Amino acid sequence: MTTISAPAPASAPRSFALARHSASLAVRSLIKTWRTPEALIDVTIQPAIFLILFVYIFGGAVAASTHTYLQFLLPGILGQSITTGAVAIGVNLNTDISKGVFDRFRAFPIPRLAPLLGAVLGDIVRYAVLTVSTLAVGYAMGFRIETDPLRATAGCLLAILFALCLSWLSVVIGLLVRTPGAVQGILFPIMLPLAFASNVFVNPATLPGWMQAFVKVNPLTHLVGAVRGLFLGAPLENHVWWTLAWCAAFVVIFMPLALRAYRRKV
Amino acid sequence: MADLAIEAEGLVKSFGTTRALRGVDLAVPRGTVLGVLGPNGAGKTTAVRILSTLLTPDAGRAVVGGQDVLKHPDRVRRIIGLTGQYASVDEDLTGRQNLVLFGRLLDLGRDAARARAAELLEWFDLAEAADRVAKTYSGGMRRRLDLAASLIGHPEVVFLDEPTTGLDPSKRTAMWDVVRSLVVGGATVLLTTQYLEEADALADEITVIDHGKVIAHDTPDGLKRIVGGQTLEVRPAKPEDLSRAASILAEVSTGAKADEIRNGVLAVPVASDEALTIAVARLAADGIGVTELSLHLPSLDEVFFSLTGHTAESESSDKELS
Repeated sequence: MTTISAPAPASAPRSFALARHSASLAVRSLIKTWRTPEALIDVTIQPAIFLILFVYIFGGAVAASTHTYLQFLLPGILGQSITTGAVAIGVNLNTDISKGVFDRFRAFPIPRLAPLLGAVLGDIVRYAVLTVSTLAVGYAMGFRIETDPLRATAGCLLAILFALCLSWLSVVIGLLVRTPGAVQGILFPIMLPLAFASNVFVNPATLPGWMQAFVKVNPLTHLVGAVRGLFLGAPLENHVWWTLAWCAAFVVIFMPLALRAYRRKV
Repeated sequence: MADLAIEAEGLVKSFGTTRALRGVDLAVPRGTVLGVLGPNGAGKTTAVRILSTLLTPDAGRAVVGGQDVLKHPDRVRRIIGLTGQYASVDEDLTGRQNLVLFGRLLDLGRDAARARAAELLEWFDLAEAADRVAKTYSGGMRRRLDLAASLIGHPEVVFLDEPTTGLDPSKRTAMWDVVRSLVVGGATVLLTTQYLEEADALADEITVIDHGKVIAHDTPDGLKRIVGGQTLEVRPAKPEDLSRAASILAEVSTGAKADEIRNGVLAVPVASDEALTIAVARLAADGIGVTELSLHLPSLDEVFFSLTGHTAESESSDKELS
């Protein structure tokens, strides 16, 4: 049998459609990030400032030396920066979605989830930049990985995975509220206790009992515990498993909520 | 029944207490252009958003390209192109990146998406600006990019929601040429507009919508017969020539006498374009100088006045009581 005219492009199997379209849309957010490098300040300069300030201000007071505190603090700053970095995607989606291009996405034969998943996947680059730049600043200040490259890499990948999963919370808020300012206003009081009522800055043993109870379930505690273990060889306990469990929970809870909010939007 | 590319029956849609559509029927034969004419807030955009699967109607049904928009929105999305009143392109991407992205989302391969983007950029006269960020485009360029984006997949059915609103006249006629070439290529077009002139230039049939209801459906010629065809306007150079000019114009008109519609401007209804040539010749023969001469279709206001007895802007309350 011969084909005379080219048929319409055969649609690839449906199961791959979500992956393919999300990848195309992730490229879109990468181009936008590339165009506005200042949008990377929260994952580059901000963690560096936190690291420098905390190490040299509190290092002497809360640890034996600034170097000891730097070793302790760097995985914590990585986790804390993820909580502040995750705010951006909600703010961006909130402004993005009011523009016409999302109308076109909705009128296209693509899965409803694709524009959201694409935005989250595009943020891989942001968190890779966060991880690398924080480690680079840390190394310049004297931080040293005490394990091996394999475990260090695993720590970095776990942090990026956690960031992407936590992003779904930010996406939900970004789709639910009316203004970008409100996205920040809601996420800030959620992210701040996550970052501070944890093992990020100090050993939680000194905290009051009720707060320790929160610290023990705080997802950030487990991420930072896991990264400390993988970077410094501290006991891993069950931190990696708890981190993965929290990652799964974020996706299972917030992704469907995000999709629902997206469908309702206009 | 003729082979219909778009068929809608009894579309109803409310937003809160606002009833945007109150039972709209539309029928567009394959390969033709339907002009949907109406003022702001008539429900044109709501109808387009329902037909293009962006909105779900409260009641009614719609079939586009043989596919039910409620049962198979994905199949409808595969065969339609949509250009809204506001350009739906990503302003942070270049023209080319926009078109390649949309091509990829329509499952074109990387090379095919690039080739199609280049082809459309060329066609829409955007080749030079292709690699500039869309944010830097003028309004007309954005509109063209938006239209290009909706044509990537060679859609069978194209929705154009006020494609020329806000464009200057030269850009408007360029847009008209694009619409005509779409139809030559076999597409069916539904075009909303606030200008009878535009619907007349492009549409095979015109549906007039007011307050969420169809108040007239006819061919452009049929509609013009109802609303009184064209008007010839003349401003004699010397005010003392007014009455002589008026009697000449009355002779070329459809039988009506010439009215002075503005200070020093005479208007008379005429049957065809030829009336303009005849009027010019007769006025010149009588030595009457003219500083202004124009032939125009009734404005939307005039259309509405003839069809409903109220102007397009006025509220509906008086009509509903009658």
